[in-house]
Amino acid sequence: MSLLGGPVSVVSAGAAMLADALEADQVRVDWRPPLERLVPDPEVDLANQRAVARMLAARPRWVGVGTAVEVIPGMRPDLLLHSGPPMRWEAASGPMRGALEGALRLEGRDSADLEPCHVHMAVGPMAGVVSAGMPVVIVEDETSGIRAYSNLNEGLGRVLRYGANDEAVLERLRWMASVLGPDLGRALESGPIDLGAINQKALQMGDELHNRHRAATSMVFRELALRGLSAESLRFIDQNDYFYLNLVMASAKAACEAAAGVDQSTLVVSMARNGTEFGIRVSGEPRRWFTAAAAVPVGLFLGSYTQEDANPDIGDSAITETFGLGGFAMAAAPAITRVVGGTAQTAVDASLEMYEITLEENSNHQIPALDFRGSPTGIDVRRVVETGIQPLINTGIAHREAGIGQIGAGLVRAPLEPFLAAHLHLARARPDGAPQ
Amino acid sequence: MLRVERRPGAYHDSIVLMLASRRMLDAPGVEAAMAAMATDLNLSMLRDAGLWTAALEDARPDDLILAARGTDAGAAIEAAEAALAERTPASGAGPGQVPARTVRTAAQRMAGANIAMISVPGEHAPWSCWDALRSGLNVFCFSDNVSVADEVRLKREALGRGLLFMGPDCGTAILDGVGLGFSNLVPRGPVGIVGASGTGIQQLSCLLAHQGVGVSQAIGVGGRDLSPEVGGLMTREAIARLDEDPETEVIVVVSKPAQAELEARKPLVPALLAPGVDLTRIALEVGGGSLPPDPEPGGWRGGVDGIFSGGTLRDEAALIWGSDPRFNAVDYGADEYTRGRAHPMIDNAVRIDAIRRARGLVYLDVVLGRGAHPDPAGELAPTLDGRPAVVVLVGVEADPQGLSRQRAAFEAAGARVYLSNSRAARSLLEESEA
Repeated sequence: MSLLGGPVSVVSAGAAMLADALEADQVRVDWRPPLERLVPDPEVDLANQRAVARMLAARPRWVGVGTAVEVIPGMRPDLLLHSGPPMRWEAASGPMRGALEGALRLEGRDSADLEPCHVHMAVGPMAGVVSAGMPVVIVEDETSGIRAYSNLNEGLGRVLRYGANDEAVLERLRWMASVLGPDLGRALESGPIDLGAINQKALQMGDELHNRHRAATSMVFRELALRGLSAESLRFIDQNDYFYLNLVMASAKAACEAAAGVDQSTLVVSMARNGTEFGIRVSGEPRRWFTAAAAVPVGLFLGSYTQEDANPDIGDSAITETFGLGGFAMAAAPAITRVVGGTAQTAVDASLEMYEITLEENSNHQIPALDFRGSPTGIDVRRVVETGIQPLINTGIAHREAGIGQIGAGLVRAPLEPFLAAHLHLARARPDGAPQ
Repeated sequence: MLRVERRPGAYHDSIVLMLASRRMLDAPGVEAAMAAMATDLNLSMLRDAGLWTAALEDARPDDLILAARGTDAGAAIEAAEAALAERTPASGAGPGQVPARTVRTAAQRMAGANIAMISVPGEHAPWSCWDALRSGLNVFCFSDNVSVADEVRLKREALGRGLLFMGPDCGTAILDGVGLGFSNLVPRGPVGIVGASGTGIQQLSCLLAHQGVGVSQAIGVGGRDLSPEVGGLMTREAIARLDEDPETEVIVVVSKPAQAELEARKPLVPALLAPGVDLTRIALEVGGGSLPPDPEPGGWRGGVDGIFSGGTLRDEAALIWGSDPRFNAVDYGADEYTRGRAHPMIDNAVRIDAIRRARGLVYLDVVLGRGAHPDPAGELAPTLDGRPAVVVLVGVEADPQGLSRQRAAFEAAGARVYLSNSRAARSLLEESEA
């Protein structure tokens, strides 16, 4: 019988002198001052539990393919959607400008309004430009009934999402609208494809579902082949390991939107970049963006391209990290740490670090290298403020000039300012007006 | 020559920095030196100390500043670097594993973790303590400067989860024989102590040990627990735990006087300091033995400068000395003396200055044990330098500093050495009245 119900086993945080003097088992916290004073608040804890429970409960399924203007809420012919937080034409970076101009030509227009994909329940990789006539995937969270949308992946090389907009690029997009989209739509008529299940399996097959989709694309290819997708469309998917990216993004978006709108919650429901700015949305205040300048990713470059050629971070694909995949599930995909010269241990360490800033472990997303621990899921703004740990994002790297395309892949850390701003905003909105 | 170095983002905790500052001052030819994070308070101290350069104008709170003035300022910087490099790295991480950055993560990494020892700066302590409670850990909160409102919230949360919250500003605990914070290596035995005062617990447990009586558990509850605002939330819980603890036969509650009604199934002895009540009397009543003989009275009739490190020991002596103007009792562990520097139980510098300024007999309490300075006599005894002195040693032979070694060093410097604070204080009062 002991006072604490077992041998005294200590977690110590603070003065090393006290920890040094202790004669008992202990684990030390590498404690550092938070970015801003944090105040315990059981109501926020409760709100976060409710919000993240919805994220974990999501069962995303691919239910169909439709034309953007017909299916995306609030979409109209004179509107172009783009990745990241809101942005004006003049602020667009090279690849974003190229993509927007290409989409205008595709739609036969001189001008259009700009709005983020994110506020229309949509997400798009890199420039993420969606125009009225484009085919989009429809992904539904079976649990909440929420639907999210993404465009179809064009493949590698010279593509609109990296700002290329020559005639060959537009021709491919027209083919996708006239052939691939309807083809996929027919294949889905026999029933939805369970993306949640593919996500689970892919994590156990070496994908982290942001920069590596080889397993997931193969699985969706098999499923579509069985459903009689045309040889032409199958060949297109077979040439592009990134085909699944847009599907996992839409499934993550549906799960994150299910968690949005819980009063007082400090759970992050979007992280997105438009090539100029990085922005987040949080569950307790989903209509507001908190932004900062986008950082430039570091990584491995193709050919003779160098860091100097890299565009600042761009794309809605960080929705995967928001949902506990990508950089957060890095331990599932040791192969991709090679882009930053890392080792298998680097991948494990990256995921372990992300547990510090997340609310939950997603038992649907088990990682073999972590003894099947669920991936770190649901970023809590307060934990980012407490630790100063910047969310880790795996990403492709675009050339800063329009049309050159992908020049590399690597890692980027989310800037801290938006998290700090969101924390201060939500803390001020609370009844007791904390922080004191 | 003035040298000021600014290192962005290199955080060290304040105790480590204060010890580094001491090492800088020990370097030859150094007039002034400081290692500190560039908080507003520290920047103003740097300015006051003549350690200011324009480079500090835009310093941020997470910048580490190493500043020194003197003929060899570089040596001081090197001394600080050496001291900071000695800091034990955060452990609990396997090879390649990142160290835990939050209490929650550390708790997950240790199967069977059951208590958090929190000593982060006070403004951040409620968050870390909350994290510990939410992770199912009891809490020993060494941090001070925690508001009463936060204290009540944390204690209620702890009680709701069946956990102990010791603190804030909790200096001492002995749980199942394991000392937390400052504690003496006293034997285990039948006496359970609940204490609002760290040095009070230490004095009581040592005086029991000198009678051959051991301690089952010593549970600190924080100095305000029995205040009307907190209402004895943790004192009651600690008493309930000791009622259940099979090793505990008698329970002693050390506190300032309070109105709270305390009840226990086992015999309960309140040690609520008041005129006529002192810890030695309680220790003898509970222990039922006797203490080693005190030194012969010295016949001192002059003034007495009580230079204390323990607040409760100061209060106990002050109660005995009453309003007699010849007696002066100052607690150098109080906030106004410890701001920006380490507690006098860790760092003797502030009391060495006070000893040098003393006009009357020097009266010192010297607390030994885990966490305390490794050799207080080594620094304090030479300073006595033939002055009339009385030293109260709060410690036992098993303490790392060695009671008899400390005693011998103080006696060699001419001091009279007592084990009981109240007996020493009373003896001086009687001498002066004789």
